[in-house]
Amino acid sequence: MKFRTATTITALAAAAMLTLAGCAGTTTAAETSTAAPEADSLTIQDAWVKAADSGMSAAFGTLENASDTDLVVTGVESAASTTMQLHETVENESGAMVMREKDGGFTIPAGGSFELAPGGNHLMLMDLTAPITAGTDVDFTLTLEDGSTYEFTAPAKDYTGANENYEGGDMDMDMGTGTPTDSMDMGN
Amino acid sequence: MTSDQNTPASATGAGRAGRGLSRRHLLFGGAAAGLGAAAAAGAGVGILTVQQSTAAVTPPVEVVPNGAETVPFYGAHQAGIAVIPQSHATHIAVDLAAGTDRASLVRMMQILTDDAARLSQGQHALADSEPELATVPARLTVTFGFGHEFVTRAAGVVPSWLRPLPAFGVDRLEDAWTGGDFLMIVAADDPLTVAHATRMLLKDTRSFGTVRWTQAGFRRAPGSEKPGTTMRNLFGQVDGTVNPHTQDTDFDQLVWSQGDPAWMAGGTSFVLRRIHMNLDKWDLLDRSGREQSVGRDLANGAPLTGINETDEPDFTAVTPIGFPVIPEFSHIRRARSDNPAERIHRRGYNYDDTPNPGSVSNSGLLFGSYQADVDKQFVPIQKRLDDLDLLNEWITPIGSAVFAIPPGCAETGFIGESLLA
Repeated sequence: MKFRTATTITALAAAAMLTLAGCAGTTTAAETSTAAPEADSLTIQDAWVKAADSGMSAAFGTLENASDTDLVVTGVESAASTTMQLHETVENESGAMVMREKDGGFTIPAGGSFELAPGGNHLMLMDLTAPITAGTDVDFTLTLEDGSTYEFTAPAKDYTGANENYEGGDMDMDMGTGTPTDSMDMGN
Repeated sequence: MTSDQNTPASATGAGRAGRGLSRRHLLFGGAAAGLGAAAAAGAGVGILTVQQSTAAVTPPVEVVPNGAETVPFYGAHQAGIAVIPQSHATHIAVDLAAGTDRASLVRMMQILTDDAARLSQGQHALADSEPELATVPARLTVTFGFGHEFVTRAAGVVPSWLRPLPAFGVDRLEDAWTGGDFLMIVAADDPLTVAHATRMLLKDTRSFGTVRWTQAGFRRAPGSEKPGTTMRNLFGQVDGTVNPHTQDTDFDQLVWSQGDPAWMAGGTSFVLRRIHMNLDKWDLLDRSGREQSVGRDLANGAPLTGINETDEPDFTAVTPIGFPVIPEFSHIRRARSDNPAERIHRRGYNYDDTPNPGSVSNSGLLFGSYQADVDKQFVPIQKRLDDLDLLNEWITPIGSAVFAIPPGCAETGFIGESLLA
């Protein structure tokens, strides 16, 4: 088997507008859904998520934008984590590479791609609801600017990298002393 | 089975030089030109010798590296069994961890199938920390096998032959090379490719088990000989002349399971015997004695009753004083069965490891063989060799393992799905 990224696209934004419009009684469904949901143009290749027993983890892959306008991913959710964030990895004032929430989301250029990789941008699972064991499929939902969503599945892989420090607001947890076999466990 | 490396650049070169020679010959010629005097070192390769004269006047032709060659991963059978043997192979046995249950095995095989599918096509695996090492597939294949314990944990029907071989008198088996629950054979024409794939596969196996043994072996390097040349072992013998070929009419019947049990249909079995070869003792034997022990000419592997390697041995021929020309005790006489169904598909590799203290060699043969049924095909041959084979004076089996090789899979499936899905 070669893992194929299974995807589902839902036009939540269009549905929400439809509801509002229905109340107002001025527009019809046909009129509200003329523009294709942004999620129609989004795909992810080679998605995977780091296996972990508890705490934090991260998901990676290559986001691709097939449209001729930039796409912005504004949020991510998964049943595997109570909270998720879009993270970037940057150098802090002391020269250390730290990861932090990406202001304004991930922008995927028109016709281009956006790499999610260890040591770089990634989808951060802040607090796992259950262990993610190697080979398990984990479902994710990305939200775009227009509110449309893109779902994909990523297999979990044993991986001992991706141990960046987390510069996370008031959480202030340092992973610098973690051992190589630790998963993304902030407790160290 | 392998892709043809026809690139526009080299095709142009071939067209320019023309003269009815194949492009491949021209590539050799180009290599000879590029190497200059060093080409003389290739005297064993007829093409190079012939091409030297034309090479002098032919502009250098770009040599197409063979590292880009790939073997298809998906199919009815697993890759790495019928393809012309690659130059390097690492055999890995894994013992399953106590907690590895049927559901774990599904997850493991899905991950490993994905790794193997990608790496064999020159693509890095997911979460590959050294993706640049994946770009040279060099005919990489990964072949997976299941031991008795694996099938038991999968709650599958265990093939009757999936168990340790009967104890043979010549055996001096060591635990370090024997048994195992799960097998991976990683083979390619490039040892760096094998090492990277092995590393990737074992990283993805560590949640499910521990390495029991690894056994690495080699043949001639790619390009050293014509592809498909019968290998030589470290005794200098041509080894594997009567191996069934994929184009033989009975190859399918000899190798592929017809579905007993059902999940094995399209699969096969693999026996790996680690055969220590006592090179120091072999040194004591003169050339004639060496040929008598096997029944073949050392120079070209022809039977002692023939001229060419593939000549059928005549076991009835006798010497002027009435002794069989091919001795009764010789290896080829003892290995041969009158029953054509008692044959196996060998895929052996030499090993040459660090000598033990006080010794100068630690060498032998990784005797790997595929057959539809171990008990019906492999065991009768080994019993005859155990009873009598002069070669036993110089060789000792020190490792033994038997695995079920499940069938191949489609792109939407995974190896082992007929057992696990």
